[in-house]
Amino acid sequence: MRITRMALQYRKRLIVGIIAIFLASGFQLAIPILIGSAVDAAIGLDGGTVDLPNGTVMRAIDSATNVFGEGNNPPKTALIIIAVFLFIASVGRGMSAMFQNYMGESIGQHIGYDLRMLYFEKLQRLSFSYHAGVHTGDLITRGILDVEGVRMFVQTALLRSVFLVVLIGTGMYLMLSQDLTLGLISLSFVPFVAWRATATNLKLRENWYALQDRLSALTKVMDENLGGIRVVRAFSSQNHEMKKFDVSSNEALALANTQVGIRAKNISLMGLAFMISMAAVLWVGGQRVIDGELRPGELTQFIAFMSILLEPVRQIGMMVNGYARGSATGGRLFSVLDLDPTIQNKPDAKDLEITNGTLEFHNVSFGYEEEHTLNGVSFKAEPGHTVGIVGPPGSGKSTIAHLVPRFYDPGEGFITIDGQDLRDVTIESLRKAVGVVEQDTFLFTASVEHNVAYGDPWAPDDRVTAATKYAQLGDYIERLPGGYDTLVGERGVSLSGGQRQRLSIARSIMLKPYIIIFDDSTAAIDAATEQRIRAALTDLTKDRATIIISHRLSSLMHADEILFIEAGKIVERGTHAELLANGGHYSDLYELQIRPSDDSRRKHDEGGLSQ
Amino acid sequence: MTARETHTRNHEIPPKASIRLGSTLDEEVFGEAFNGRVIGRFLAYVAAYKSLLAVAISAVIVFTISSIAMPLIVKNVYDDALDLSSPSRSKLATMILIFLVAVGFNFIANYFQELIVGRVAERILVDMRRAMYEHLQRISLSFMDKTEIGKLMSRLQGDVGALQEFLQTAVFAIGDMVLLVGIIAAMIWLDWRLGLMTLAVLPILLIIRIIWLPYARKSFLRARVTSSIVSGALAENINGIRAVQGLSREYVNFDLFDIRATDNLNAAKRASKFGVMMLPIVDTLTGSAMAIVVIVGGFFVLGGTIEVGVMVAFVLFVQRFFDPIRALTMHYNVLQRAMASGERIFEVIDVPVDIEDKPNAIDPQEIDGSIKFENVTFGYLPNQPILKNINFEVKPGETVALVGPTGSGKTSTTALAHRFYDIWEGSVKIGGYDVRDMTQKSLGRHVSMVLQEPFLFSGTIFENIKYAKDEATREDIVAAAQAVGAHEFIMKLPDGYETELEQRGGNLSLGQRQLISFARAIVADAKILVLDEATASIDSYTEMLIQQALQRLMEGRTGMVIAHRLATIRGADRIIVLQDGEIIEMGNHDELIALGGLYFRLYSMNYASFDDIPDELIQQATQAAQDSST
Repeated sequence: MRITRMALQYRKRLIVGIIAIFLASGFQLAIPILIGSAVDAAIGLDGGTVDLPNGTVMRAIDSATNVFGEGNNPPKTALIIIAVFLFIASVGRGMSAMFQNYMGESIGQHIGYDLRMLYFEKLQRLSFSYHAGVHTGDLITRGILDVEGVRMFVQTALLRSVFLVVLIGTGMYLMLSQDLTLGLISLSFVPFVAWRATATNLKLRENWYALQDRLSALTKVMDENLGGIRVVRAFSSQNHEMKKFDVSSNEALALANTQVGIRAKNISLMGLAFMISMAAVLWVGGQRVIDGELRPGELTQFIAFMSILLEPVRQIGMMVNGYARGSATGGRLFSVLDLDPTIQNKPDAKDLEITNGTLEFHNVSFGYEEEHTLNGVSFKAEPGHTVGIVGPPGSGKSTIAHLVPRFYDPGEGFITIDGQDLRDVTIESLRKAVGVVEQDTFLFTASVEHNVAYGDPWAPDDRVTAATKYAQLGDYIERLPGGYDTLVGERGVSLSGGQRQRLSIARSIMLKPYIIIFDDSTAAIDAATEQRIRAALTDLTKDRATIIISHRLSSLMHADEILFIEAGKIVERGTHAELLANGGHYSDLYELQIRPSDDSRRKHDEGGLSQ
Repeated sequence: MTARETHTRNHEIPPKASIRLGSTLDEEVFGEAFNGRVIGRFLAYVAAYKSLLAVAISAVIVFTISSIAMPLIVKNVYDDALDLSSPSRSKLATMILIFLVAVGFNFIANYFQELIVGRVAERILVDMRRAMYEHLQRISLSFMDKTEIGKLMSRLQGDVGALQEFLQTAVFAIGDMVLLVGIIAAMIWLDWRLGLMTLAVLPILLIIRIIWLPYARKSFLRARVTSSIVSGALAENINGIRAVQGLSREYVNFDLFDIRATDNLNAAKRASKFGVMMLPIVDTLTGSAMAIVVIVGGFFVLGGTIEVGVMVAFVLFVQRFFDPIRALTMHYNVLQRAMASGERIFEVIDVPVDIEDKPNAIDPQEIDGSIKFENVTFGYLPNQPILKNINFEVKPGETVALVGPTGSGKTSTTALAHRFYDIWEGSVKIGGYDVRDMTQKSLGRHVSMVLQEPFLFSGTIFENIKYAKDEATREDIVAAAQAVGAHEFIMKLPDGYETELEQRGGNLSLGQRQLISFARAIVADAKILVLDEATASIDSYTEMLIQQALQRLMEGRTGMVIAHRLATIRGADRIIVLQDGEIIEMGNHDELIALGGLYFRLYSMNYASFDDIPDELIQQATQAAQDSST
C-alpha cells in the first residue's frame, strides 16, 4: 500500500519505533511473571529456601544473591530483588512505550504534512475544468478529513499493529507453554473480544458516517433558516421551520441513540467475556492449586497476564477501523493526487514573448461534450484597441474570457498572442501577460491592501493605492475604519457587489497585463462610476488590448469593434454606429436598454428577441 | 520544484499574505471551571430526566462497587479456599459463585450506565439546541441584524456539544470519584499500613499532573489552532482557486501554506511529546507502588501479618488506581469549556423577545387589503429616528412605489408593515387593524414579502415555491410558476420541478431565483404584497421577464414597492418620495413631474434606474429641490 511506502521513508524513526516495540512487549510480559514469583516467594516457604518454578527469574535471583552475598533470609532477599526487577520492568515499559508512541505519532504527522503539501500543490495545478466539476466542499473535506484519516491510520494502525501482534503473540505463547488448559481458558476471551471490537467498530463507523450526514443536513437547515430569517419572518413560517428542524434533529437523534446503544452493548459484553474467563481461570486454577499441581503465584501470573492483554485486544477493533478508514480515505486522496492537470506546460514550452501584444482568435470552437459553447470564433484585438462582446446569457461570452489565460484549451482552432500559440508558451508567462477581471470576485480573508496586491505580493504601497484610485475605490477604502489595513473577506468587512468588482479591477491593474479582459465585471457597478473607471483607465489601456464583455451596452458602445454573440457564434460585428445602422439584434437590444418604456416592451413581446 | 524555491526565498520581506493567526488561544485556556449560574440553568434542562439520571447514577455506583469487589473476592479465593494449610473446594465454589454474581451486577450496571448516560446526554443536547433555535425564531430582527450567523451556528453546534460532553463527563466523573475513594478505602481496610504506603505514590502523580496539565493543554490547544489555520488556508485556496490561478499566485501560496503546515507539524509533534511524556511517569509510579507491595507486602506475608490474598488484591488494585486520576484531571478541561459554552448559550436564550402577540390578539380571516400609516415615528437606535411622523394610506388593490435616496427610510417602511419592528409612536394598520393587535401568524398570512435578495432554501424547486403553504397543490404551484414566467426554464432543468437546488439556489441565475421567489409569493397568496425590487443589474432579457412577472404578481393585490426601475415607478398608481425619514412628495408620475421637485429632477436625469444615479448628482438634485421649494 502506498501509505506504507510513504512511511518507509522515515526509516530511522521506524527502526527506533520497532526496537521500542520489542522492548515494550518484553517488559510488559515480564511484569506478570515477576508478580507471580513475588507471590510465591512471599508465601514463603518457611524453611527459608526459595524455589520458584520460573527458571529465569530463579536464576536471576540466584546470581543476584551471589553478588550481594547470601543474606540470612533468602525469601526476603528474593522479594527485594523481585521488587527491583519489577520497578525496572515498569520503568522500561514506560520508556519504551513512550518511544514507540512518539515514533508512531511523529511518522503519522510527517506523512500528514507530506500529503497535505502534495494535495495543496496538486489542487493549485489542476485546471478549471476540474475545479468546475467538483464540489469545493468535497475538496476541502478531502484535504482535511482524509489527510487526518491517513494520519490516524499510520499512527494507530501501522506501528501499533506490530506491537499488538508481538505482545499478544508472545503473551499467548508464554501462557500456553506454561499450562495448556489454563492458558486456553485465560485466552478464551481474546477471540470474543477481538471479534466484538472489530465488528462493532465497523458498525459504529458506518453509523457514524450516517450520523455525520444527518448532522450536516441539520446544519444546513439551521444555517439557511438563520441566513434567510427575513424570508421566514415575512412568511410567518416559524412553525414550518420548526417542523423542518424537528425532522432533521430527530433523525440525527435516532442515529446518535443507535450509536450509544451499540457502544453500551459492546463495552459491557466485552467486559463480561473477560470477567467470565477470569472466573473460569480462578475455578480451574483454584482446583489445581488445591490439588497441589499449581502454585498460587502461577495462578496470579495468569490473572495478571489476562489484565495486560485486555486493553490491547480491545484495540484491535480500533486498528481494524483505522485500516478501513485509512484505505478508504487514502484511496480518495490518491485519486486526486494521481490526476494529471489537463492544462500543462508542454515539455518544450517557452516563455511568452510580447512584441506588441496582439491577441488573435483563429476559428476557435469550444464545447463540453456535444454542446458547443463556441463555434468558429475569429477576431483580433490589437494594442490600444477595445473589443466589446455582447450577447444573451449562455451565448459563450465568458468562455472567450476563460480561453485567453488558458483556464481551458479550445477544442478546435487556436489562439495566439503576437503569433505564438498559447499552448506552446508557459502558463506562468501567459497569465502574467493576461489579466481577466471576473464577475464574481473572491475576497481572501486579509486586509484590503493584501487583497489588491494578491497577484503581486511584493508591490510597494503606493502602487496599491494607485491601483485602487484607478478603480475608483480609493476614497471608499480611505474612509474605512482601518483604511487599507481593514480586514475584508469572510470574517471581515463585507463589501457590496460593486465594491468587490472594483477591487477586482484594482487587482488586475496591479499586474500591468498586456491584455486585459473585463468579464462582465462591471455589472454591479453603477453606470456613472463605470464611466469614471473607464476614463481613468484610458491612459493605462492606450497601448494595451482590451476586451470588454458585458450585457450593459453603455459599457462597450465605445469599443473599436463590437461582437454580438449568439449560441457561440458571432452573428453581428462592427462599431456601435454600424451595428445600429444594421438594425439587427444589437440595435434591438439598444432600444430595449436605453428606453425601457412600454412601447419597446410591447415590441419585444410581439416577437423580437426571445430566449 | 526549483523554480518555486527561488521564487520567494530570495525576498527578504514577507509577501502580502492572507489568513492570519487566530487568537482563540488565551480565550480557551483561562476560562473558569465552575460557574454556579450556568450550572443552575443547565440543571433545569437536566431536571426533565431526573428519574432516568437517578437510575444512571445508581448504575454508575453499582458498577464501581462491583469493580472494587472483584479483587476483594479474588483475595478471599486465595486466603480462604487456596490456603495451603487448609484448601477447600466448597469454599472455592462459593467464592467463584460470588464472583460471578459480582460479574453479573457489573455487566448489567455497565450496560445501563453507558446507555442511559449516553442517551440522556443526546436528548438534552437536542432539547437545548431546540430551545435556542426556537428562541431565535422569535427574537427581534434588530438582534439578528447585528449578529453574525456563523457565531449563532457555532453556539447551536459547538457550544451545545460542549455541554453534552460536560454532562457525560459529569456522570462518569462521579464514577471515577467513587472508584478512587472505593479503592483507597478497600486498600486501607485490607491493611492500613500497606495501604498507606502504596497510596503514597498517588499525591506524587497528582502533583506531577497538576504541573504538567497547563503546559500540555497549551500545547494541545496550539496543535488544534494551527491545524484549523491550515484547514482555513486550504479552504480559502480552494474557494478562491480562480483568483489564485488567474493571478499566478500558486508559488507564493504554496510557500505560505508550507509555513503554516510546518507550524502545525511542529505544534502537533510538541503536543504528542507532552502526551507520551506521561507514559513513563505513570509507569514509574506504578512500578514503585508494585515494588512497595512486593517488598512490604511480601515481608508481611512472610511474617504472617497478612495473608497472601491481600497481596494479590493489592497488585490488582495498583494497576487500577491511576485511571481515575488521569480521567479526573482531564475532566477539568471539559468543565472549563462547558462553562464558557453555557454562558454563550444562555446569552442567546436570554435575549428578550420584544415582539410578541398580545394575549387577546386577533386573527381576522379576511381583510380588505388597505395599509395605513398614522404619525409613525420609528428608529433602530434610541434618539435616532429613521422615520419621522409618516402618514399615508394605500387603498385596497392600489400599488404604491416608495422612492428615495439610500437611507431615506424605504426599507424601514416596508418592514413595519409586517411588524418586523415595533414603532415608537403612531400606528400601522393593515385592513383597518393595528398590526400590534393581530397575531403575527395572521400578519404573515395577509402580508407577503419579496425581498431584494431572493433567498431560496435547499430542496427542490417545487418545495421552494410551495414553501410554508402546506395546503398548496401541485396545480397551484405550476400555475404560480406559469404566471411569473418561470415554468419554461423550470421544465428545461434536468428534473423539472423536482430539481434539487444547490446552496442558496446556486444552480440558478439571479433572475431565475427572482422569478422563483415571485412564484413563492403568489402561492402564499396574501392580500398585501410588499416588495423590495432588486437593484443588481440583470441582463436585459431576464429584466424583461421580471417586469412582466411583477405585473402578474401585483394583479388583484395591494402593493407597496421599493422601486428602483423607472418602469416600475411609472407603472405605480402612486409614488411616495422619501427623504431623511420624511415624505416629501406624493402623487402619481404626472403629478410629481408637474410638481418639479426632487422626483422631477431625478427623473429628468434620464437614468434607467434611480440607482445608477451617482450620489453627488442626487445630492445636487436634493439641494436644488430644497432651494426651489423655499
